[in-house]
Amino acid sequence: MMPNHKNRDIWSVITIAILILYAIILIFPLFTILKESVVGGESGQFSLEYFAKFFSKKYYYGTLFNSLKVTLSVTILSAIIAIPLAYIMTTVKIKGSGFLQGLIVISMMSPPFIGAYSWILLLGRNGAITNFLKDTFNITTPDIYGFTGIVLVLTLQLTPLIFLYLMGALKSIDNSLLEAAESMGCVGYKKIIKIVVPLLIPTLLSGALLVFMRALADFGTPMLIGEGYKTIPVLIFNEFISEMGGDDAFAAAISVIVIILALTVFLIQKYVSNRKAFSMNSLNPIQAKKEKGWKNFWAHFYVYLYVALAFLPQLYVMYTAFLKTSGRIFVKGYSLDSFKMAYERGGDAIANTFMIGFSALALVILLAILIAYVTVRRRNSMTNLLDIIAMIPYIVPGSVLGIALLLSFNKPPILLSGTAFIMIIAFVIRRLPYTIRSSAANVLQISPSIEEASMSLGASNFKTFFKITLPMMLPGVISGAILSWVTIISELSTSILLYTARTKTMTVAIYSEVIRGNYGTAAALSTILSVVTIVSLIIFFKLTGKKDVSI
Amino acid sequence: MSVSITFNNIVKKYGDNTVIPSLSMGIRQGEFFTLLGPSGCGKTTLLRMIAGFNSIEGGEIFFNDQLINNKPPQHRNIGMVFQNYAVFPHLTVEKNVAFGLENRKVSKQEIKQRVDRMLDVVQISNFRNRLPENLSGGQQQRVALARAIVIEPDVLLMDEPLSNLDAKLRVEMRNAIREIQRKVGITTVYVTHDQEEAMAVSDRIAVMKLGEIQHIGTPQNIYHRPANVFVASFIGRTNILDRTCVVKDGKTILQLTDHYFIEMDNITVTKNDNKIPVKVSIRPEEFMFSRTEEGMSGTVISNMFLGLNTHYFVELETGEQVEIIQESSMEKILEPGTEVKLMVKKEKINVFDGETEKSITKGVINDAKS
Ligand SMILES: Nc1ncnc2c1ncn2[C@@H]1O[C@H](COP(=O)(O)OP(=O)(O)O)[C@@H](O)[C@H]1O
Ligand SMILES: [Mg+2]
Repeated sequence: MMPNHKNRDIWSVITIAILILYAIILIFPLFTILKESVVGGESGQFSLEYFAKFFSKKYYYGTLFNSLKVTLSVTILSAIIAIPLAYIMTTVKIKGSGFLQGLIVISMMSPPFIGAYSWILLLGRNGAITNFLKDTFNITTPDIYGFTGIVLVLTLQLTPLIFLYLMGALKSIDNSLLEAAESMGCVGYKKIIKIVVPLLIPTLLSGALLVFMRALADFGTPMLIGEGYKTIPVLIFNEFISEMGGDDAFAAAISVIVIILALTVFLIQKYVSNRKAFSMNSLNPIQAKKEKGWKNFWAHFYVYLYVALAFLPQLYVMYTAFLKTSGRIFVKGYSLDSFKMAYERGGDAIANTFMIGFSALALVILLAILIAYVTVRRRNSMTNLLDIIAMIPYIVPGSVLGIALLLSFNKPPILLSGTAFIMIIAFVIRRLPYTIRSSAANVLQISPSIEEASMSLGASNFKTFFKITLPMMLPGVISGAILSWVTIISELSTSILLYTARTKTMTVAIYSEVIRGNYGTAAALSTILSVVTIVSLIIFFKLTGKKDVSI
Repeated sequence: MSVSITFNNIVKKYGDNTVIPSLSMGIRQGEFFTLLGPSGCGKTTLLRMIAGFNSIEGGEIFFNDQLINNKPPQHRNIGMVFQNYAVFPHLTVEKNVAFGLENRKVSKQEIKQRVDRMLDVVQISNFRNRLPENLSGGQQQRVALARAIVIEPDVLLMDEPLSNLDAKLRVEMRNAIREIQRKVGITTVYVTHDQEEAMAVSDRIAVMKLGEIQHIGTPQNIYHRPANVFVASFIGRTNILDRTCVVKDGKTILQLTDHYFIEMDNITVTKNDNKIPVKVSIRPEEFMFSRTEEGMSGTVISNMFLGLNTHYFVELETGEQVEIIQESSMEKILEPGTEVKLMVKKEKINVFDGETEKSITKGVINDAKS
């Protein structure tokens, strides 16, 4: 690209600075975890005693199987639900489909544990539907707690991820492929199985990977609705936080096991999808057709049923926020008392969420712009390294990162535990991979000759970046930033480990209120969080003119 | 102020792959100079070395007598027009054109004057406040041209600027480019793989192949007296025939068939051999249908009436196929199967050494330093 007359130009300096930053806030903590996990407690020597401990008791290693069972079930179910959903939404004219897609995105962007909480409100031991069925029909509903509940909540939560991926892929399938199949007598289900699904496989694989990672790392859902059914993040949390004096080293060892699992799945997925990859370019995309009769009915039924299941429980949470409470239970009548309580008990949390969220967001934007630019435009061994390092958090669950940061920065020279700063760092690290990806896609679309044109007109490299490249990146960066913001404010698994009384965020507050049984306050706080999320997403939709989001 | 450009033994490598082994040539001040060659021969690479976007692995490039090898692009005072226009999509037409001047500490008032004048020259004043997305391809190309010229660069560089336009617009724009270049008189280096376009706009053309210059000359010169077989076949259409020359009594006779000989007075043979192998380039329009028994015998295979001209494919008695172009006349078109006799316009055809493929015809003017 550029002549090498000045090897140490400003971009090399920036690359090095970011690499050093990553070394401190990500690589060092991960090494700390690794070190903790393999150094014996008494001997201080290399030892695998913690790993041995993990695999010696069913109580411990059982969580690994639980996690795998949950994660695989959720991944497969999400794919099974999402494929028809995306296919119907692409090929059939559905009434209000734009609005429905918006709802699907919103349901995906809200914190999963609120989903869990809402299902408890509906189908839990004292849930609205449970009581209704028992009182009127004397029917006992199946137990929502445990495996079923976790899978239900996570599947509904994560199906939209695969759905959005598939919608994108379906848009890139040329209609003439389907017409060609039809002309050769391949119609109906046969067409879907033989043509559509194979074309979607690469996309399905990348969507499935994302779902797998999310489901594996999710902490709030199994914590709330899992009860006795423990998954790995729950175990890590318990071991680390345990009232009896947590066992850091053991938690570290479990973290290492999770990372190895995630890495293995990641590599298998990469291997498989590399062999299956092909590129499509559609000049003549599939158009949604108006259907008639039963076909139309079932198409609408399927889509509306899904959206109702995904969205209504959360609406119910909002509804309960306006109910009168007496102590911890809801009573007849409506009031805003829950909101008053929420403000009294969670006012600081709301302020913290905005303060910490905005700070993290600013850093995410700055770093994502710089990293996306150097990794796309200044390809060399250093930026390649940066590209890989920045993607590591993709496979590191939030709770593992939280523990890594705590273990690394709990003593001088870098004493950060308990500060807002450590939470900001965690959010930045976790969100960066996604924002870098979307920004990099943006940079890729800018032709290099645009920058060369600017340089040929006498603008310096720096000026070219600020006056030409950056303004062209900005629309993509802003939409990416809104999505980052939404994910940051709904984050729980890291914050639950890192927060202190002074840095409590809304998600942590909601979680603690639910645990304490203050359902009114929890509902009110959830409603506030949901409203912030929805407003942010509406701004996003308005700004980008899009109906979907790329995660 | 425009400059002359001198290349001394320049080398370009991408890793271990040498794209330009050693290239020397000179571009004169104020001329319209075109790099012409098949795709992948290194035209873009060479142009970007002049611009400063490619490193130079060996040799020297001078603007006048100033060595520019290590000058960054920002300081070379070049104007560049890109294949995909590279118009800044977030700036209006006017802002695009003003961009280069704003980097040059020109007063606001002068910027305005110069931009206005330039928008008039390229005839896009009406669109000054529009964003590029609302312009057609041809209009965007005019913006790109205006933006490159308004800074009064020492050199104007253009890389296939017309290749994204449709055929009609391409002709219109190439005339516009030629006219504007004449008006402002900037040394211009133009890259294309389209030989017709090259001939239409250039003062001189450099024909390239695999990173090496084959021939530098005026369009006329290159067309009529190509320096070697490659240039003859790349520029325009031609028929290449393997034949022999005989030198007898100080006369050089070209033996086209066993019965058809022509005496050539414009070829130089060094060997005084009986049978010298040569390659003969005969352009389709350099054939004539003979009305006598003189000439090469052949059979018409196909014909194509194109209005102004009529094209024929004829199979010679030797088995070779040749293409022939005749100005259409009122006479009947020769149908496939017709036996014909072909003669050539001997002052127009070119003869090349059979081994080196270099021209041995007099009148070749080649400025390439080989
Ligand atoms: N950035 C690059 N890296 C490696 N090889 C390149 C690069 N750019 C061009 N080449 C190679 O150099 C040769 C000349 O390319 P180019 O100058 O683009 O040709 P032209 O413009 O005449 O079509 C080609 O073989 C091409 O593959
Ligand atoms: Mg080229």
